[in-house]
Amino acid sequence: MSGALLEARGLRKSFGALRASDGIDFDVLEGETHAVIGPNGAGKTTFISQLSGDLRPDAGSIRFSGEDVTALRAPARSRMGFARSFQITSIYREFTALENVALAVQAHAGHSFRFWKPARSERALRDPARAILDEVGLGARAEVIAANLAHGEQRQLEVAMALATKPRLLLLDEPVAGMGNDETQRMVTFLASLKGRQTIILVEHDMDAVFSLADRISVLVYGRIIATGSPQEIRVNAEVRRAYLGEDA
Amino acid sequence: MPGRARILLWSAVIALLILLPPVAEALKQTFYIDLLRRVMIFAIAAASLNLILGYGGMISFGHAAYLGIGAYAVGILAFHGVDSGWMQWGTAIAASAVVAAVIGAVSIRTSGIYFIMITLAFTQMLYYLGMSLEVYGRDDGMRIKTHSQFWGLIDLADPVSFYYLVLALMLASLYLVHRLANSRFGMVLRAAKSNEARSRAIGFSPYLYRLAAFVIAGALCGLAGALLANHTAYISPDFMHWTRSGEIMFMVILGGIATTAGPLFGAFTLLVLETLLAGWTEHWQVYLGPLLILSVIFFRRGLAGILPGARDA
Amino acid sequence: MNLALVFEQLLNGVQFGVMLFLMAAGLTLVFGIMNLVNLAHGSLYMVGAYLAVSAIQWTGNYLLGVLLGLAGTLLVGMLVEVVALRTLYERDHLDQVLATFGLILFFNELVAMIWGRTALYTELPSWLEGHIEIFSGSRYPLYRALVIAVGLGVALGLWYVVTRTRLGMLIRAGASNRTMVAALGVNIRLLYTVVFGFGAALAGLAGLMSGPIYAVQPGMGELILIQVFVVIVIGGIGSIRGAFVGALVVGIVDTLGRAFLKPLLGTVLSPTAAEAAGPALASMLIYLLMAVVLALRPEGLFPSRGT
Ligand SMILES: Nc1ncnc2c1ncn2[C@@H]1O[C@H](COP(=O)(O)OP(=O)(O)OP(=O)(O)O)[C@@H](O)[C@H]1O
Ligand SMILES: [Mg+2]
Repeated sequence: MSGALLEARGLRKSFGALRASDGIDFDVLEGETHAVIGPNGAGKTTFISQLSGDLRPDAGSIRFSGEDVTALRAPARSRMGFARSFQITSIYREFTALENVALAVQAHAGHSFRFWKPARSERALRDPARAILDEVGLGARAEVIAANLAHGEQRQLEVAMALATKPRLLLLDEPVAGMGNDETQRMVTFLASLKGRQTIILVEHDMDAVFSLADRISVLVYGRIIATGSPQEIRVNAEVRRAYLGEDA
Repeated sequence: MPGRARILLWSAVIALLILLPPVAEALKQTFYIDLLRRVMIFAIAAASLNLILGYGGMISFGHAAYLGIGAYAVGILAFHGVDSGWMQWGTAIAASAVVAAVIGAVSIRTSGIYFIMITLAFTQMLYYLGMSLEVYGRDDGMRIKTHSQFWGLIDLADPVSFYYLVLALMLASLYLVHRLANSRFGMVLRAAKSNEARSRAIGFSPYLYRLAAFVIAGALCGLAGALLANHTAYISPDFMHWTRSGEIMFMVILGGIATTAGPLFGAFTLLVLETLLAGWTEHWQVYLGPLLILSVIFFRRGLAGILPGARDA
Repeated sequence: MNLALVFEQLLNGVQFGVMLFLMAAGLTLVFGIMNLVNLAHGSLYMVGAYLAVSAIQWTGNYLLGVLLGLAGTLLVGMLVEVVALRTLYERDHLDQVLATFGLILFFNELVAMIWGRTALYTELPSWLEGHIEIFSGSRYPLYRALVIAVGLGVALGLWYVVTRTRLGMLIRAGASNRTMVAALGVNIRLLYTVVFGFGAALAGLAGLMSGPIYAVQPGMGELILIQVFVVIVIGGIGSIRGAFVGALVVGIVDTLGRAFLKPLLGTVLSPTAAEAAGPALASMLIYLLMAVVLALRPEGLFPSRGT
């Protein structure tokens, strides 16, 4: 047994003839921030979706703190401690920010076959939700309808919802995508504040963010991981430079 | 302020509904008692649909099935000499719940247009079943000779007593759906309607909640069916006709989707409109059809959406 | 029951199946391309039947009447698209269902106003009456055989369009509106109108062919429409192939069920019980079939990749 929180072995996923995951082996250690980078269409989102249970791999296995979770679907994995944000912001647009987070709290507060008491006024849901909104810096925006939040705030909200489930593993798919400089900086600072107490898999194109946050980096190209290592190692890795970073400049 | 507007609106509505029978009788216009009783029965049906359609986003085009099952439960038991309303209405509710559980279990696995078509198809199946029940009058249906009996507590043969019973049950139903929709249970339904992928990602499995809502809605609509059977003293497969499902759906939309009072407003609008048009021309549906189309295109928010105080928090 | 009878009923099933297919094809096409749920598809079936009846009477010529009926349904379809449905493409399914429900009310009543509520029947010209002999001892009505032939012909034509042309390729890919425009470089509005009119004509064809077999009356469209839904659910929406297979399965199961379920039940139940249960079960058969298919494959037999 290794000390890995998550171990993926031989993950394969094809869309028709396209091999979006072509035998991925991947570990996350408890407490680390492990970034996954790679060019557009490399299969990063597909990979994350298999970890979160939204996509079923064609082959391979996923173990989470020693247990085989390959057959579990997204809700079950969430209850085990997975949480994700989506590349395209996925929140409850008609609900207020507070309601969004309260729903995430509710999802992890036992079953919801409770038919009578108004959920919106339940302190057991509101208080933790409010605390998390404060933590991500959205406290002042709690009563705003999510659709009316700025783009960056919506992405923050999504992270807040993920955190509200008290995850053991946070899967973030391009959390700063589409954000302005200030917004990006705020998000990076916030994610940095989680370091150490939260295990994170971070998919990101923003290399500044990646290199400032990641403990380790894996490079995914055409569905394969071509290198894994510390930021320094990745920076100097010849293959990575050729396959990815080189093209970028 | 919205709180006060709401209290005002509800007080006005309830007062009007309470005052209607004595006024109508004084003016010798008892027809209106009948019309409003019908409106309120359909408001119950629409409220039940609102739970799954409005809050749950499940576009069931087969809700008339439960109206029919509720009505047939009353009719069939009465036919075999069981007059007890407790038995009849209990059976109506239970049978509707069971059928809803079966139909729901199959159809909730699907979504989108499949769900629409499947719920419609299942209701059509029940319609044909009614059409082929030789003993119970096939397509002609049958008369119900005696109203449901409640140990002499209330006499449904008296139009006014029956009216007030329906009023009480309707208010209770609207309140029930209101509570359900705002409970934890209701929040799961609404969340899954708003964004299913997000719901699954935070750990909700919507299926069982949707199924439970579907069953509750079926049971409540079964009660409406039992009331309708007593209202018309008559049952026929037409109760389950697919146009009936469409009408109930329109009531939900016209009144204001996912609002507490919407089903009542919607039932009132549609049934009164139908009555007016039908009194004016035999071919009223030629006018109703385009009116409905226009309302879909231009009147998306429904009545409750424009009335101050009718939209809930 | 002898073999010839079974064979005849089997053919009747196929005949019903191809009519279902004509309906299902249009519905699936319109859904696949425009993402429109059109409940009023059955109304176009009805309109086709009525227009043909009138046109045949008016011209005194069967073929000419049929052609006029088809052209008329095409026009009515395009008109409906332009006037009412165009605004609904961007709306959700609920709005589409409700608005097309309004259309059904309108059409059913309009037809009742023009032609009355009593059922009409189409007179067949003498050259379409009579029977053909398929094998010795088994005669089959010429007209029904012709319906099968026309249906299969249309199926073949559609198959060609869908598998061999660029338009078909886009349909199969479940292409979105925007890629369609880009790929075809045509006026998208016009294209939609034409596709809708084409689907309407297919429904009209089914309707006018049904005239001599079933009754032509207001509401006839919805009876078949709901069976077409069963076809589409079983076949998988958006798939022409699924529509074809689903239509034949539903057509045959329904027809055989109505013909043989009662005598079959009679062999295991008492005659009175079979008398009571037979027709009820027969009319429910295809819905039960649908439930079974769904329980095993929620997306139907041929789920299309698009939606
Ligand atoms: N559901 C799907 N069906 C078919 N192809 C898909 C599907 N999802 C992804 N793909 C394809 O798989 C490949 C990998 O996609 P994926 O979204 O995983 O890439 P990515 O690395 O996240 O890209 P980006 O950086 O642009 O987000 C792409 O070529 C994409 O087009
Ligand atoms: Mg991606």
